[in-house]
Amino acid sequence: MQFIADYFRQLAEDHPRWNFIFLYDPTEIERVLTGIKVTLILSVACVILSLIIGVVGAWLQGSQLKWLRNGVQGYIQFFRNTPPVVQLLFFYFALGQFTPTYSPDGWLQYPVINNIGWAIISLSFFAGAFNVEIFRAGIEAVPESTREAAESLGYNRLQSYMHITLPLAFRVSLPALNNNLVNLVKTTTQAIVIAVPELLYQAVTIWNNYPSAQYPAMLLLFVFYIGLVGILVFGMHKWERKMAVPGYGA
Amino acid sequence: MKLISKLLVVSALIFGMVTQPANAANDRFMDVMQKGKIVIGVKADYKPWGFRNESGEIVGMEVDMAKDVADTLGVELELVAVQSSNRMQFLEQGKIDMMIATMSDREDRRKIVGIPQPNYYTSGTNVLAPKAIGMKDWEELRDKPVCGKQGAFYNQIVEERYGAKVVAFTGNAESKQALRDKKCVAWVYDDSSIMADLASGEWDDFEMPLKTEDDNPWALAVPIEEVDGVFGRFMSGMIYNWHQSGKLIEWEKKWGIQPTQYLMDQKARYSDWLAE
Repeated sequence: MQFIADYFRQLAEDHPRWNFIFLYDPTEIERVLTGIKVTLILSVACVILSLIIGVVGAWLQGSQLKWLRNGVQGYIQFFRNTPPVVQLLFFYFALGQFTPTYSPDGWLQYPVINNIGWAIISLSFFAGAFNVEIFRAGIEAVPESTREAAESLGYNRLQSYMHITLPLAFRVSLPALNNNLVNLVKTTTQAIVIAVPELLYQAVTIWNNYPSAQYPAMLLLFVFYIGLVGILVFGMHKWERKMAVPGYGA
Repeated sequence: MKLISKLLVVSALIFGMVTQPANAANDRFMDVMQKGKIVIGVKADYKPWGFRNESGEIVGMEVDMAKDVADTLGVELELVAVQSSNRMQFLEQGKIDMMIATMSDREDRRKIVGIPQPNYYTSGTNVLAPKAIGMKDWEELRDKPVCGKQGAFYNQIVEERYGAKVVAFTGNAESKQALRDKKCVAWVYDDSSIMADLASGEWDDFEMPLKTEDDNPWALAVPIEEVDGVFGRFMSGMIYNWHQSGKLIEWEKKWGIQPTQYLMDQKARYSDWLAE
């Protein structure tokens, strides 16, 4: 490990714009590791939550109750049609005022939901709105006759949704879902506006502290996100293949 | 190792790093004189050095300095609003010809932009904290959330020296809002800017309770290739003259900035030995 540190130290000496400080300075290594950890937490939590929102939302969309359908539609319109940065700022600063807080020292008001929490909530709702529409498209692709067949076998609405419609719809939705989740992972960088210490935040901090590390820090971002999104896409493709039903869907 | 070197070359190409003209010592300066216009980067969110007045114009102490530079050169002035996190990049890429933007003079910054001596101002680090806490010592920041702004070099110092947990927002508006929302115990920033805030009357429940630390001179910057050319030497002369003539002290007064010992010391240091 030592020779890698030495190599990059020398590189920074020889080329003042290529200071890979986060590969040899313990404080900066720590920063990058924290950033990666927070980004992974954000990404995993948002992917899972947005999938749940998508599945539930698409089910509610098929509800008999008109106000429930309208509610889902309103939710989609609101979150799909506004920029995620604005949502983040609004959730954190405006809604943050109304959440209960606890005060450890008489002045500080720690909200029960911190900035990472708000980022997870707002980004999940943002991506979830798209997921609802993606799943709806998948559900509509399931032939009416299949659903009728389930009904004639005695399935109720929830059962036929969980066991018949959703598994088939899922297969149709996967390619579009894949795209949306990739976008979601990249959108987590926007949490920087509410000071969530994810990787972009840490990279910006590094290059503000060390202007010489700007290009290397940008390079780090590229490499990390190519890797992270690569893993996600690889996993989704594998899943797609595994779930493929011969003669059905893509 | 080979792969890493290759990667570096590729990324250098991507960022347009490899083109560096050999004899560019006066190119930008000549260009300014030929076009009859100089583009200067200043702050637009940093009262009273560079900020927007009611009609949206950028005004302030550094704007007055920029005007004086343009007048002395006899060229037209174009102001471009820059931020702490992009000011050096703007200068490097040629979006601005020079920069007067509340920048602290740091060793690593001198490797990237051309900083002519002498320095024109100085400020230190302090915090804006609620009177309710009654903060007395920097040590009280340990393990507490402290709001700050992305791009300020002392965020790191406060973290390393006092173990504060800096929460850095992208703009001053957000970080001050976070302080008002009690999301942090203090806002760490330049003492001179905090004084201006306190004087504005909008922060009556707050104070600047700590001893100012890390006094750091400010520097304006020209393209690094030209710091030893006409441009850099000319700006050195401008700053020297501002100090000697007392112009900076005058501007300080005009913009309601607390008089600093630094400017008085500099005036004495550069005083004309024949003048009365």
